[in-house]
Amino acid sequence: MKGARMENVQVFRIQILAIIGSVFLVLFIFELIRRRRLREEFSILWLGMGLIFLVVSLFRKLLDKFSYLVGIGYPPAALFLLLIVGLTVILIHFSVAISELKEANKKLAQELGLLKKEFEDK
Amino acid sequence: MKKIIIIPAFNEEKNIGRVLTSVQEHCPGFDILVVNDGSADRTSEKAREFSQVRVIDLPINLGIGGAVQTGFLYSQRKGYGLAIQIDGDGQHRPDEVPKILAPIQRGEADVVIGSRFLEKASYRSGLFRKIGIKAFEIANRLLLGERITDSTSGFRAFNRKAIDVLSRNYPDDYPEPEALYILKKRGLRILEVPVLMETRSHGKSSISFLRSLYYMVKVFLAIFVLMLRKTE
Repeated sequence: MKGARMENVQVFRIQILAIIGSVFLVLFIFELIRRRRLREEFSILWLGMGLIFLVVSLFRKLLDKFSYLVGIGYPPAALFLLLIVGLTVILIHFSVAISELKEANKKLAQELGLLKKEFEDK
Repeated sequence: MKKIIIIPAFNEEKNIGRVLTSVQEHCPGFDILVVNDGSADRTSEKAREFSQVRVIDLPINLGIGGAVQTGFLYSQRKGYGLAIQIDGDGQHRPDEVPKILAPIQRGEADVVIGSRFLEKASYRSGLFRKIGIKAFEIANRLLLGERITDSTSGFRAFNRKAIDVLSRNYPDDYPEPEALYILKKRGLRILEVPVLMETRSHGKSSISFLRSLYYMVKVFLAIFVLMLRKTE
């Protein structure tokens, strides 16, 4: 009996922590956008991830259902799955953004070199 | 027809003067353009000592691909009908330029590559390099449908059509093998001719084992993707 109650308390604790953590993440992202430190383009994925975690920590049953749906025996593992998938998507998004920046950077440097040459020739 | 020699140079203060002297001696009738790829040394100053030589200084180091493409952009905008690419490290011999020039002038090809391997000359290279070079040769025969023995050679001649294509699309790093596929996809004619090359006099070639491995993987991936992509 005592063991079961102890377990409940622990689950409750981690649930509270998860809710606080998710709320903090969402608020932090909003604050960054508000102060123009983060472009909306990049914030959407982070916000999406924060909200998913908030929903999952508010309604624990959802996680159990999700685990059952995809065939994960141990529900907390589903949390890791969500986390890893979310981070992977965000990282790929970064790689794409960096590639675009690099291409733009190259074009700028080339145009600058060519313009400087034009200028010197005048 | 206006003709230009494009020389990409990154930290070549020791070699560039000798290369330019030799180019001026052996290639009359050519304008000469040095693309200084953000060198940290006095490459730009050394090149500017030659009053006839044009110098473009890139503000940052773009890598060989970005530098050579700047040369193509310049040639394209200034209306050059013919461009020769020569490395700034003294490996390519300006007195060999007529050999890669002739097929273009005769209208036999749009791009000509100067090859070290087409004739059995004494060119020493390491084992990994040999394997890599052979792999490119086989890939070229299978995928490109051409017999190109020296894909990595940066000693090349281009006509107007090739300049147009490459000024719009040129790979960033290790660009030489991939560029052939870009040109071929556009229907340009590629030809290889045997030339003599120097072994590097100053500095060592930066191709170590890991780099060669990265080189191979990168180039093959790029070629694979290129073949999947529709011509835009």
